[in-house]
Amino acid sequence: MTNRRDFIRISGLGIGGLALSTSSLAVYKHFSSSPPKGAELSVDTTRTPTVCEICFWKCAGWVYKNEEGKIWKIVGNKEDQHSNGRLCPRGTGGPGMYYDEDRLKTPLIRTEERGKQIFREASWDEAFDYIAGKMKAIAEEHGPECVALLTHGSGGKYLGTLLKAFGSDNIAAPSYAQCRGPREVAYYMTFGEGVGSPERTDIRDTKCLVLIGSHLGENMHNGQVQEMSDAIDKGASIITVDPRYSIAASKSKYWLPIKPATDLALLLAWIHVLIYEEWYDKDYVEKYTYGFEQLKAHVKNMTPEWAYGITTLAPDLIRKSAKEMADAAPAVIVHPGRHVTWYGDDTQRSRAMAILNALLGSWGRRGGFYVPESMTVPDWPHPAFPAPRRTWRDAYPGKYNLAYETIASGICDATIPDVNRGCNFKGWIVNGTNLIKTIPDTSKTLEAIQNLDLLVVIDTMPMAITGWADVVLPECTYLERYDSIRDSPHRKPAIALRMPAAEPMYNTKPAYWIAKELAIRLGLEDYFSWNSMEEMLDWQLKQVGTSLEEMQRIGVKTYDRSYDDLYFEKDQELEFYTNTGKIELYSTGLAAEGFDPLPVYTPHEEPPQGFYRLSYGRAPMHTFSRTANNALLKDLMEENAAWINPKVAKEWGIRNGQYIWLENQDGVRSSFPIRARVTERIRWDSVYMVHGFGHTNKKLSRAYGRGASDSELITRVHVDPIMGGTGMRGNFVTFKFEPKEEEAAS
Amino acid sequence: MRYAMAIDTKKCVGCSDCVVACQTENNVPIGYCRDWVVEVTDGTYPQLEIEIRSERCNQCDNAPCVRCCPTGASHVTDGGIVLVTQIKCIGCGACITSCPYDARYPHPDGYVDKCTFCIHRVKKGQQPACVAACPTKCMYFGDLDNPNSPVSEILKVRKYKTLIPEAGTDPQLYFLI
Amino acid sequence: MREEIIVSGRNNNLIDPHLHIWHWQIPLYLFLGGLAAGILFFAAYFTIMRKENKYRTAVRIAPHIVPWILVIGLLSLLLDLKHQLYFWRLYTTIRLESPMSWGAWVLMLVTPLSFIWSAIHIKEIFPNWDWKYKILIELEAFLSKQKIILAWIMGLSSIVLGVYTGILFSAFNARPLWNTSILGPLFLASGLSAGAAVVLLLSKKHKERTVFARIDIGIIVVELFLIVHMFMGFLASTQVQIDAAELFLGGPWTAPFWIFVVILGMIIPIFLEVLELRKFKVPVVIPATLVLFGSLMLRFIISFAGQESRWLY
Repeated sequence: MTNRRDFIRISGLGIGGLALSTSSLAVYKHFSSSPPKGAELSVDTTRTPTVCEICFWKCAGWVYKNEEGKIWKIVGNKEDQHSNGRLCPRGTGGPGMYYDEDRLKTPLIRTEERGKQIFREASWDEAFDYIAGKMKAIAEEHGPECVALLTHGSGGKYLGTLLKAFGSDNIAAPSYAQCRGPREVAYYMTFGEGVGSPERTDIRDTKCLVLIGSHLGENMHNGQVQEMSDAIDKGASIITVDPRYSIAASKSKYWLPIKPATDLALLLAWIHVLIYEEWYDKDYVEKYTYGFEQLKAHVKNMTPEWAYGITTLAPDLIRKSAKEMADAAPAVIVHPGRHVTWYGDDTQRSRAMAILNALLGSWGRRGGFYVPESMTVPDWPHPAFPAPRRTWRDAYPGKYNLAYETIASGICDATIPDVNRGCNFKGWIVNGTNLIKTIPDTSKTLEAIQNLDLLVVIDTMPMAITGWADVVLPECTYLERYDSIRDSPHRKPAIALRMPAAEPMYNTKPAYWIAKELAIRLGLEDYFSWNSMEEMLDWQLKQVGTSLEEMQRIGVKTYDRSYDDLYFEKDQELEFYTNTGKIELYSTGLAAEGFDPLPVYTPHEEPPQGFYRLSYGRAPMHTFSRTANNALLKDLMEENAAWINPKVAKEWGIRNGQYIWLENQDGVRSSFPIRARVTERIRWDSVYMVHGFGHTNKKLSRAYGRGASDSELITRVHVDPIMGGTGMRGNFVTFKFEPKEEEAAS
Repeated sequence: MRYAMAIDTKKCVGCSDCVVACQTENNVPIGYCRDWVVEVTDGTYPQLEIEIRSERCNQCDNAPCVRCCPTGASHVTDGGIVLVTQIKCIGCGACITSCPYDARYPHPDGYVDKCTFCIHRVKKGQQPACVAACPTKCMYFGDLDNPNSPVSEILKVRKYKTLIPEAGTDPQLYFLI
Repeated sequence: MREEIIVSGRNNNLIDPHLHIWHWQIPLYLFLGGLAAGILFFAAYFTIMRKENKYRTAVRIAPHIVPWILVIGLLSLLLDLKHQLYFWRLYTTIRLESPMSWGAWVLMLVTPLSFIWSAIHIKEIFPNWDWKYKILIELEAFLSKQKIILAWIMGLSSIVLGVYTGILFSAFNARPLWNTSILGPLFLASGLSAGAAVVLLLSKKHKERTVFARIDIGIIVVELFLIVHMFMGFLASTQVQIDAAELFLGGPWTAPFWIFVVILGMIIPIFLEVLELRKFKVPVVIPATLVLFGSLMLRFIISFAGQESRWLY
């Protein structure tokens, strides 16, 4: 029986000359089933719980299917503290990831040299045998610790278990040294605890939210954007420090249009004002902190007038904003930000923000930072992991002692042979991260890759990194698999279940299956002794008072807090996990390692004549470079634009909408042109663009060649000596009007 | 019964969740949208202001699209919602041309399509997909004739505006400013 | 500086970046409709005035092309529809507020009428035409006797047709360029002028040509008057109307409009026809064709430029 569409198409040919766009018909066909008749739609049919994997917020939601049993829409789970029943645009656009016809479909094995992207299809068995063979060879010749895992996402749990069982502890998430690492170390040094993910900010109840280096609203940390909106409803004020007029700035009481790279001066001036005007929380500081006198002496000369000369911010604006913070205290948040790897002194800058929070007394107080609690879900029992002979730290003796997680860029660097270092990494397993766009200074990453004996990439989409792999394993999307129980910390401990809403498409498989299969071939099957995910999950859930069957019905289970209160009690005796047991304004930990115990402002390089500072950020419709090919999200934003101030545009003769090329200080020109957006929202010394575009892999039919990649222009890296974070904002660009003559890289 | 929507431009961040939610809920074909988000920036750096609006069909009380439809496919249903009966639509495009908000579009299947205030959800007591998805909860929907509905309540306490009131269409989409 | 952008990437087919949902089919149909209206009007008028024999071309010859141009017009309308299989819905209801509905029904009236009128004058073109069947011969004889009544009906409906082609656009005041009541009379005048030009072209009698030349000149003068007033109206109105007028006063449609429509389509024909009346020898095909061309271009330009004008963004 032909459906209505076929009928029209057949008879349409008879009438001749239908003004229909057949291409949109074809793409539309990919999407779910028949269109609604009139305004009537199918009733809400079955729904299954899931946890979104498009970004790292891990919102719990419900996947609805239509009457044909195909995935229709995804909606938030009302019981979930991360999403409160409302997903962000990427989560709502999840079906686009599932239906993407450009997905990796079958295992691939490289047949020619790396980078030529010539593969042949292989069976899973063949792929696993290849990988296991190479891993055993590396273990024999160099040691199992020379295989590293670079991961971002839920696959890391199983692949990590595999690697630890294999004998390697070198598991890194680029989100540490390429993103939030510095603030974690800074907060550890100050409060004895990191900030965590999701951040423990009590935005919902705050009276003043200070965003310095955070563009909340354009970055879509779902729960935080929601709470910011609640805070606005309750009359909270927002202070935004940003050289760009961000969306948050447009909702702020005070917007401080700071000169880029001078944030530390502003923070120190704020500290000075709070201390010398005696606006800080005296009781809190007296009771809980250490090093106040040293801090006071340190900031004596760091007045707003001093900061004005550096930041171009008017002194009375600095004072007024400090007063605003102090008036709201303790219900004030100096937001720790998320991606803080900017100029190489980022740990110190985050320290200054932590100190500010401590002075305002917001840590552990309502409207400031709450005390999160998470549910502990026991792991499926497995034998103890062998002790690794060496870790990544052995590649950097004496350095980065304060880094609490593995540095992905460190693994990358330690893959390039060095005479001074005994050995280097020989094998990488990469899962859920497009390293080409993640780690700055791509040429170094590629050099490292060329020195590998084995590169396995496990991904859902043919991202640029897959082109360099020896073996590409196609992972199925989060909508097609079970995964480990989500047990993220929040105001109340909670767990969430991800279960498949559909069978894996094509020949894709979940990461847990891949890990187990590899383990079998490596003789490590004891570490994966469960027979199925259902068995494992049910056992785990029974340990925490529920069951797989219940979680499949409810999706999210929230428990009561079992220890500590959400906020510090008044006059409560507290001990912090620092050397002194108190909140360290003066950091003894940093001093012990030979770093500045109190943050010091150092000026950073400024753009040379004719160049503009490259600043990058996020858009709420996209996550990293992951979603550029998602049909639903590409509809919202298909390319990024270079924001250029009208004065600058006039000087250069650039019109709004014109396509130009960007070239950085090292002569690297963007592979693709980028559309110029001439807007007043950006300073005249900077150019801004959203990260995650300019894809070079032609297999991404919707994303290839659209927009330009900021990552390829970030060639100058400022490494933070404290924990190895890679500062990326020290690059400058100029404008060019034609592409580079020779072939661009990759 | 008169349905209407109010959108708080002060809370909207322009994330466009409303656009994707509508697209998945209503099977809007790729390349088309029933609602969209407009961002207006005024001023010179650093004296700047932004207004963000999520727009869609205004379900006008005096809808030119209903007036000009030659077959009666465009009609007003309970609650003032303007709908298109697909089997009566001939695809002439008159309604598209008559809408000053450019809210309608020609569906690839031939008929003309637009926002329906998710009438299939409203009938079941749910909110339109965009309102239910919005992370900042800046959208309010309800019956203007009911003084306790979310939209009536918010219009009592906030200043608001409509788009191009001089076009005489009497739009029922209110922007809180 | 004001920056207004759609951040969610709206790119609806035929709507963005500016409306272009009506292509050549609509302006062609409007031209053909206006032309038909013009020809039929003159045919009806001179029949009613009992001047049939003096203006044989106008009454008996020119109307023969009308049924066919109406059929072409209707076909192009059908091609424009996007949901073509449902076109018959147009005739299931009369919607008085919708000019398109009027148009559909008026055409339903005028097209058969024009076929009838053509049928009863078929012997002007084919003198040996034979109806063959008795019933057809009787029908023809009957209708010929009712010619005056037919002429009245035809005349009135042709005016409705001519006016409706203009009102069709001005009903869509969402397009600021069309938001003027002058468009109706302007298109009616243009249609009459085109009709007069066709008669001028086909006529072999000097007297008829002279009268029609005068009629044409008069109508064109009225058109120019209307155009001037239309622009005055736009420029004195709201910003969106001023922006719409700017399309023709420095914008992308300036040259096409003033050169094709006004100079070639109106001023030069007037000039040539005046010369002809002053006994200079001017091949009549030139002004007539120019008038037809100008009338066609008027429809095209107003249709495309109108879709470019908008209230928002």
